[in-house]
Amino acid sequence: MAAKRSEMVPMGLLWGAGIATLVILIVILAYILSKGLPLISWHFLTTNPGVRGQTGTGIYSTILATVAVTGVALLVAAPLSVGGAIYLNEYTRENLLRKVIRQAAEILAGIPSIIIGLFGFLFFVIYLLPYTGGWSVLSGGLTLAFMVLPISLRISEEALKAVPGELREGSLGLGATKWQSITTVVLPTALPGIVTGLILGMGRAIGETAAILLTAGGALGVIHSLRDPACPMTLYLYNILTEYNDTTTAYGTAAVLIIAILAVTFVTDWLMNSYTKKLKGL
Amino acid sequence: MAEAGSSFLTGSVWLPTDSFAAGAWGIFPIILGSLIVTLGAVAIGAPLGIACAVFLAEIAPPAVRRVLVPSVSALAGVPSVVYGFFALLVVVPWIRGQFGGFGTSVLACWIILSVMILPTIISISTDSMRAVPREYKEGSLAMGATSWQTIRSVLIPAASSGIVTSVILGMGRAIGETMAVLLVAGNSVTIPDSIFAPVSTLTATIALEMGYATGAHQQALFAMGVVLFVFIMILTGLANLASRRRVTF
Repeated sequence: MAAKRSEMVPMGLLWGAGIATLVILIVILAYILSKGLPLISWHFLTTNPGVRGQTGTGIYSTILATVAVTGVALLVAAPLSVGGAIYLNEYTRENLLRKVIRQAAEILAGIPSIIIGLFGFLFFVIYLLPYTGGWSVLSGGLTLAFMVLPISLRISEEALKAVPGELREGSLGLGATKWQSITTVVLPTALPGIVTGLILGMGRAIGETAAILLTAGGALGVIHSLRDPACPMTLYLYNILTEYNDTTTAYGTAAVLIIAILAVTFVTDWLMNSYTKKLKGL
Repeated sequence: MAEAGSSFLTGSVWLPTDSFAAGAWGIFPIILGSLIVTLGAVAIGAPLGIACAVFLAEIAPPAVRRVLVPSVSALAGVPSVVYGFFALLVVVPWIRGQFGGFGTSVLACWIILSVMILPTIISISTDSMRAVPREYKEGSLAMGATSWQTIRSVLIPAASSGIVTSVILGMGRAIGETMAVLLVAGNSVTIPDSIFAPVSTLTATIALEMGYATGAHQQALFAMGVVLFVFIMILTGLANLASRRRVTF
């Protein structure tokens, strides 16, 4: 589509918009990484923050907290989303129930994290206090599960939907039961898509702050149990910006977060590409 | 919230205490703050996002697309607190230097939120444009229309329901955004008199005050959460309506 001379301006603007988007991303990432990467060292990653966030310390306990809350969220959300997707795609027809569940997941995905956080605060921190220990890894992780669930459910469902019907029919035709064809044919084929959904959910959990702010507690010590209060990296970044005004550690923490998110983006992009190729080859 | 009276939504003085009798409970400036911040961000972000979507769907050479598509998902994945961090260290000092004041302002929120809603607008708009049947575009080009005329009078109208949906969902993202706004808004409960004045939003106020609120104050913050939830539900409903609308030629 070569542009005519009279169309140079609108076409130029469209090119400009595409390039501007790329430049915005590059500027943000380059700014933080250029200041933050030099600060990341083995010492930075393995030393605990100072009790009141002093400079020259590390972020070890906050990395541990991020891993813990993300782990709890995934442990809860993964079976629910994969099981839910199998049920929705393999065991129900397009009916009212399916529509309601899909609509509910869509609404859940659109609810702001601060509102999910308010719910988590009421339900896990206050109401289930004897079980979760109040502000804790468990409360934070369970709250995050509500944010991971809609993402991984939708992508798992799409992955299952993309599995060609011939594969199911072939398996059933050879005498396999429904459950056998799901576990040995459908799930392995859809696995890259399902894993993509879970990794994207993981990325959401790693980057979430507002819900964590209301549920995890923010204590900087090393966690020893799921009922301990914790301060994941995102919350720590917020705290050092607002309370300690320590931009050095902030750059380092932000850089670690960005590396984690870039890793998530690249892995999911690569998985989805290989999945599409795989399905085309079938 | 009966004790707080009918002035909760319309009152303009917010002096929370732990008993309803003692405090002042007007959240009107906060609601207005949320709306100002959201509409401004959409006014900046939507044109850029839609233009970028047209670029991705129609114009970009495959090599550019291969770079831009993952970049947009990376932009979506960057944690909001990192956006806030960037805005606090780059955008806020720039505003302070250029225009005076504290820098934490309506304008700072607009700038960072308009970037944060880009991925939502770009990805949904691009999808809806790619779903427009090739025949429409080919027909238009075969009739002698130029590529810009085709984009303007065939592609965009045919994809309009998806584009409108993307903008509404972007609006939802902006009004629900917490951490970035919390860091750069200034959080003063007054109606801003210029775009360089500080502002407070529903999300930021909840996040900021929940940590120490007790009694009536805590309940009022939950009520604020309900108000925000109502806004989100309205936007979700509108997005549903928009995406159901069929465009016929």
